[in-house]
Parts: sequence; C-alpha cells; structure tokens
Amino acid sequence: MDRFLSVTISGLSGGMIYAAVALSLVLIWRATRVVNFAQGAMAMFTTYLAFTVLEHGGSYWVAFPIALLTGLVLGAFVERVLVRPVENGPPLNAVVVTLGVFIFLQGLAGLLFGGRFRSFPAPFSNKNYNLGNVSTVSPFEIFIVLSVALVAALLFALFQYTDVGLRMRAAAFSGEVARMLGVRVGRMLTLGWALAAVAGSLAGILVAPSVFLHPNNMDGVFVFGFTAAVIGGLDSPVGAIVGGLGLGVLLSYVASYAGGDLQTLSALAVLVFILMVKPNGLFSTTATRRV
Amino acid sequence: MRSMSERGASLEVVDLVTTYGAVQALNGVSISVPAGSITAVLGANGAGKSSLLRSLSGLVKPKSGKVLVDGQDVFGMAPEDVVQRGMSQVPEGRGVIAELTVDENLRLGGLWRSDKADRAKAVEEAYALFPPLDQRRKRLAMTLSGGERQMLALGRALVARPRVLLLDEPSLGLAPRITAQIMGLVRRLCDETGLTVLLVEQNARSALSVADHGVVLNLGTVVASDDPATLAADDNLRHAYLGF
Repeated sequence: MDRFLSVTISGLSGGMIYAAVALSLVLIWRATRVVNFAQGAMAMFTTYLAFTVLEHGGSYWVAFPIALLTGLVLGAFVERVLVRPVENGPPLNAVVVTLGVFIFLQGLAGLLFGGRFRSFPAPFSNKNYNLGNVSTVSPFEIFIVLSVALVAALLFALFQYTDVGLRMRAAAFSGEVARMLGVRVGRMLTLGWALAAVAGSLAGILVAPSVFLHPNNMDGVFVFGFTAAVIGGLDSPVGAIVGGLGLGVLLSYVASYAGGDLQTLSALAVLVFILMVKPNGLFSTTATRRV
Repeated sequence: MRSMSERGASLEVVDLVTTYGAVQALNGVSISVPAGSITAVLGANGAGKSSLLRSLSGLVKPKSGKVLVDGQDVFGMAPEDVVQRGMSQVPEGRGVIAELTVDENLRLGGLWRSDKADRAKAVEEAYALFPPLDQRRKRLAMTLSGGERQMLALGRALVARPRVLLLDEPSLGLAPRITAQIMGLVRRLCDETGLTVLLVEQNARSALSVADHGVVLNLGTVVASDDPATLAADDNLRHAYLGF
C-alpha cells in the first residue's frame, strides 16, 4: 500500500510532463490541423540552450525562462517560416515539414552540443519526503506538477478570458469566418504555435533530469505525449491533461509492478484500446461538429 | 440608431472578373447599389452568386475590375481589411462559429475596432435587436436553431457597424415565417439606419419582396437588372432563372 502511494504520485508527476507535451500538440492541432512531429525535438533543443546557460555559470532560474522564451520564438519561427508556405496544400505536406524540422534539429543539436548523454540538474531535491515510514513525494515532483499546472492554467485563462484568446479560438475553429470578422488569422496561428511550443519546452526542461540530455532524449517522451493527446481527443486541451495524467499513472504502475520494458507496449495497448472504443478520443468535440 | 448620412455608403461593382484556374466564375459583373438601399442578386445554383460575394469580401481574389465602397476601392484586399473599410459579409447561417458561445460570436464581430465602449454597446444593440439571442448568451452557438443561427450571423456582422452588408442566402434552410422575419428586419435596418445591403438569394420571391432593385446572374454575367416588380412580372426571366 505504501509503495502504491509513491508509485501513483510519481506517475502523476511523470504524467504532468506527458500532459505538457500533449497540450502543445493539441494547441497546434486545433489551430492548424497539423500534428507537430518536431515538438519533441524543439523541446530538446531549447533544453540544450538552457543547458548552455547553466554551463556558463547561469542559475537554473535564468536557464528555465530562457528555455520557455526560446521555445516561444522557435514555435513562431517554425509556423511562420516553414509551415505557413505549405499550410494550404495537402495536409501531408505540413506533416512532412515537421518531420524535416525534427530531423534537422536533432542533427543540429548533435553538431552543436555533441551526442553524449549529459546530466541535467533539477532545481529541487529528488528525494521523497517521508510521512512516518511512507515515502511520498519529492520537492522536484511537486515543482513539476505545479509548474505544468500553472502554465496550463495561464494558457486556459488566455484562451478563455482575453480578446486575443477569443481571436485565437475563432481562427482555430473557423479560419474563413474569422477572417470575415476582421481577425488576422495568420498572426493568430503563429501565436498559437508559439504558445504551444512553450508548453513543449516546459516538458523538455522538466523531463531532462530524469532522462538525461541527449539529441534523442525527447523521442520516448514525445511518443507518450502523443499517445496522451490522442487518448484525450487531439483537439481538447482538457483531454490532453487528463490523458497525460492517466497515462503517466498507468505507465508508473506498469514499470513498478510488471517491469519497465513493458511501458511502451502498454502505452500502445491503451492507445489501440481507446481508439477502438472511442475513435475520437475521450474529450473530442469533432464528432458533434461533423453532424 | 444613427442617421442615414452617417451610416450609408454606396457599393459600386465595376466589370468584376473572377476566375478559378481556367474556369471563369464572374464574367465582368457590374452592379451599383445606392447608399441605404437593398439590391437583390438572384440566380440559380452556379450562376456566380457565391463567387460574387466571395470576390467582394476578399475571400477570393478577383482578377480584374473595381469594388468601390463609398468611392474607395477595396478590390483585391484581404477580408480582414475589407471589414475595416466598412463592408461586412454575413456568411450563410452555418457560418456562426459553433464552438463559441453566442456572446463570444457577437463580441468577435467588433474586436478589430479600437473603441471598446462602443464595441460593448454594439453587442447590446444586437441583443436588443434579437431577443432570442439575449436569452442564450452563454450557450454554444451549436445549440441554436437555424433561425437563431441566422440572427447570430447577422447580429455579429452588425457589431462591426458596417456601412455595407453582404448577405449570403439568409433564407437557406429556414421556415418561411422565419425568413419573412429576417427579411423584414433587414428592410427595417436599411430604412432606419441607412445601411446598404447586397442580398444574395436563391429564394427570389422573398428577396424581391424587400429589395429596391434586383439583378439576375447567369453563368457569371448579369442577364437582367431592374426594379423588383418588373423582374417578378417577367415570365421568361422567372421560368429561365428564378424558378417561381
């Protein structure tokens, strides 16, 4: 029972990271109907930039916002410069572009930072607090949960309660109608990609202490994040969070009770199961739209 | 409500040509709509009515011609710029954004304007104009009936305080009673505020009942342009293009 609690908690904190990746994928999918396969690589790259700051003696609290800010810029750049020219073509074109960005960034990271595994620091201790004899939660896990929750809440508030958020939702749901109403849809899509990439970069810097820093270090995290996004319905931010947390807890159980090598397989099993039972995911609104 | 001189703007379409690849959708269309009046554009499916609207609002880039709003050429401008020149398009009823609430749809219509206080005022005016919307402010637009959606699309365009309104098939899918209500309201807006309206309709009879002038399109060309009574009385025209 004691073990169960700590396994659940570490599953939730890992799940928050998948949730952040899923959220970034969902925001981009909603806005441009593109799955951004470069999201993991973009997060890896911005984490390397943060790492460079640390290497040069900068504090974690300088490196952390730098990762998020460079994510913002990188997201805007990828949309405006690389994806925009193919946005009106067949959907596959944009997907191929994001795959190209993925490969390019991994290559560039290898070139600039080398292919070694580097250890990345956590800003807080990884040691669990003990409640009597029960090992519970570590300060770093609390930081992970709180920072993702905060970013998700800020994004939610921005989308739901501000004028620019309303414009972004309108542009995402119905670009043509939004344009008729004077919304500069192109700008809103760029902003959407930028904000999504912030969530991705957050996942990158939070997961780096546990998976080490390496040009391929986000590949597995991306797959889990993608799975979480699909479980949640791919166009629902709430679904992304729920999917991420659910998947995180499940994977944590599998790893502790059945063996770590079964993790990826069980994620696949969940994905297939959900797609069979509810092809649109748990929280998608797409079905109602097509009526 | 504002006076006519403040609101109305004339719409002058001169020799507009629009092509999709090799297909010529508009073949030199000229239409003149005096400020504060309603001109109905009629024609069968494929006559070029939608192409005309999309070319005017900027969703489609026309090839040549002129589109003058109060003498100012908006030809070839992007839709978001055309709106800011005072010409708003009301997409057909399904053009409300289903995932947004009624209130969000309405507010969206005015967001490009910098005068925040007047934006809020315009939204309240839309509610006053359409009481059914007032009772459903927080509902998602997807829960509305066809008539309510049409009201929402119309109200949303009015929040931009346009001087020229482009109406796309407002009667589409609506019961005759609701259609009559909407048409009556458009007429009232013209009379009371001096709004200029280009009304594109397949339902020729109801469009002609409120219009000051009628234009019949066929294969991208204006085949008739006259006052509504004359058009409605022309048997050949009715049988060939208007279907009533």
